[in-house]
Amino acid sequence: MSTLSTAPTAHPGTDRTLRRRRIRQTWGQPWLYLPLAGALLLMIAPFLWMLSGSFKPEADIRRVPPVLIPTAPTTANYGELFSTLDFTSMFANSVIVALAVTAGNLIFCSMLGYALAKLEFRGQRAVFLLVMGTLMIPGLVTFVPLYVLVSNMQLTGSLVGLILPFLAGPFGVFLMRQFISTLPDELIDAARVDGCRELAIFARIILPLTKPALATLGIITFLGSWNNFLWPLVVAQNESQYTLPVGLALASSGQSFTRFGILLAGAMVVLLPVMIVFLLFQRQFVAGIATTGLK
Amino acid sequence: MSTKTLPGWSDTHEQSTAGPQRSADRRYSGLRSTARGRQARAAWILAAPFLALFAAFMLLPVVWSLLMSLTDTKSADLRTPLNVSFTGLDTYVRLFQDDQFFTALRNTGVFVLVALPLTLAAGLAAAVALDRGIRRFRAVFRVGFYLPVITSIVAVAVVWKTLLEPRAGLVNLVLGWLGIDGPAWLADTRFALPVMIVMAVWRNLGTVMIIMLAGLQSVPQSLMEAAELDGAGPWQRFWRVTFPLLRPALLLTAVTTGIGYLQFFDEPFVMTGGGPLDSTLSATLYAYNQFGNGNYDMASAASYVIFVLIVALTVLQFRVLRDKD
Repeated sequence: MSTLSTAPTAHPGTDRTLRRRRIRQTWGQPWLYLPLAGALLLMIAPFLWMLSGSFKPEADIRRVPPVLIPTAPTTANYGELFSTLDFTSMFANSVIVALAVTAGNLIFCSMLGYALAKLEFRGQRAVFLLVMGTLMIPGLVTFVPLYVLVSNMQLTGSLVGLILPFLAGPFGVFLMRQFISTLPDELIDAARVDGCRELAIFARIILPLTKPALATLGIITFLGSWNNFLWPLVVAQNESQYTLPVGLALASSGQSFTRFGILLAGAMVVLLPVMIVFLLFQRQFVAGIATTGLK
Repeated sequence: MSTKTLPGWSDTHEQSTAGPQRSADRRYSGLRSTARGRQARAAWILAAPFLALFAAFMLLPVVWSLLMSLTDTKSADLRTPLNVSFTGLDTYVRLFQDDQFFTALRNTGVFVLVALPLTLAAGLAAAVALDRGIRRFRAVFRVGFYLPVITSIVAVAVVWKTLLEPRAGLVNLVLGWLGIDGPAWLADTRFALPVMIVMAVWRNLGTVMIIMLAGLQSVPQSLMEAAELDGAGPWQRFWRVTFPLLRPALLLTAVTTGIGYLQFFDEPFVMTGGGPLDSTLSATLYAYNQFGNGNYDMASAASYVIFVLIVALTVLQFRVLRDKD
């Protein structure tokens, strides 16, 4: 945008143009706030409805026409969620699966990403093309054989079956390789001259520098795993393995379907952890996309 | 090499003079090759864990799926997956004789053609407004627009179902204030697919916005100032300066969103189950239903057809949107 000192003005020095300039400098285009606020309201209306509904007593939920704010707010929905639906163990399962999948992707993808970006080896191009090519393959192509594979490995009865197939995804390799290619080669050459061993270069020099990319990949993987529901829905055999989305999906299609208050409270419980993760790390997340997604 | 210019080192005398040069070369390349060897060994050590998991849980299933589509694999063969008979392209023939599959393909086509441009336009507009239009409260808008992206589709489904309730829902309440009698959205064949499209745009415009914001920040400020000094208005500055520079970011989001949209599945799966009367049945949901019915061969064949469509759309987008130089 223009600055006071450099931009030519139609009426230099008059008070009104100066004031208008100052408003534009601090606020941008003032008229834009109204449509943007309207758009924001449309975007978050479902979340406000979710929040309000989760505190509504059952009588409020069935009211026609509906009420926007609960007449007698109650936490009964949340209480029932944890006492009858065993949301505590589902919550723990979701955390375990998401952390394991995230750790796997951070480790394995950064290792291969470094090898592809900075090391020379025969077959490098073939490995790169092979891994990237699978980014276009629909999830359902691998779904059926994966199901046959995992059930024949007797893994459908444990959390391992929910973790193992997702430990190493192609997207992470793409992201890490893109980021590591932007690091200067001189860094690695200097370490080699100093007698640093190849694997130590990766662990001690490269890895600490990839923190922004690791943060981005970590958040994306954690969110994806936390929200993943089709695979655990199909694979999880008993209630002790259910993750939060599975529990919520089954509750909403079962007989408790009409208890909307409990379901909305469940939706809040599914959303809150990822919202907190996102709010805490959104700066790194956006910066990570800026440096990795576009080179 | 400077030695080449010396007499006696030219190509015609190679036989007689190559001796010392060769051995020096060999010694040099010997040193290089041990360094190279160390590098290659490290590379394979680093690559091995990923590639092992990748081979087992990606490559094997991809090939297996193709083989399944060429056999008569059913759920009864779950424990003995190798004990099936080869049937060639028979599964694909049956797939293309199924009217329901064409319905699913048509719904998917309508969904992609409408939702993809809408999502890209909405995400781009949001990014430009946040980056160029306003200066305060940017983070609030950014988080608000991005919130649907990080929300579990199951949670989304629960909320949208209650929002769209014909009598007790918020949507028809607001329409009622405007004097409009809202329909039973999800039970009406005319409205169910448009609802899925609106949901998809709502869920995905945040992704486009974030990538476009990153792209906009890489447009040099000096370029914009130069254009302004040359007398270009805001509209011209956007279309002549910013937009061409955003082309790579736009291509990236168009391709990734397109790949996701051709696999359109979540919304109908959790909201309508493909109904009413197959009006929201997508190609991927069709394949999943075949899996659910135990027809692993049909499920695999349908997945492969979707894969081919994804490759075709991706190639097309690269042709249309890549830099024209």
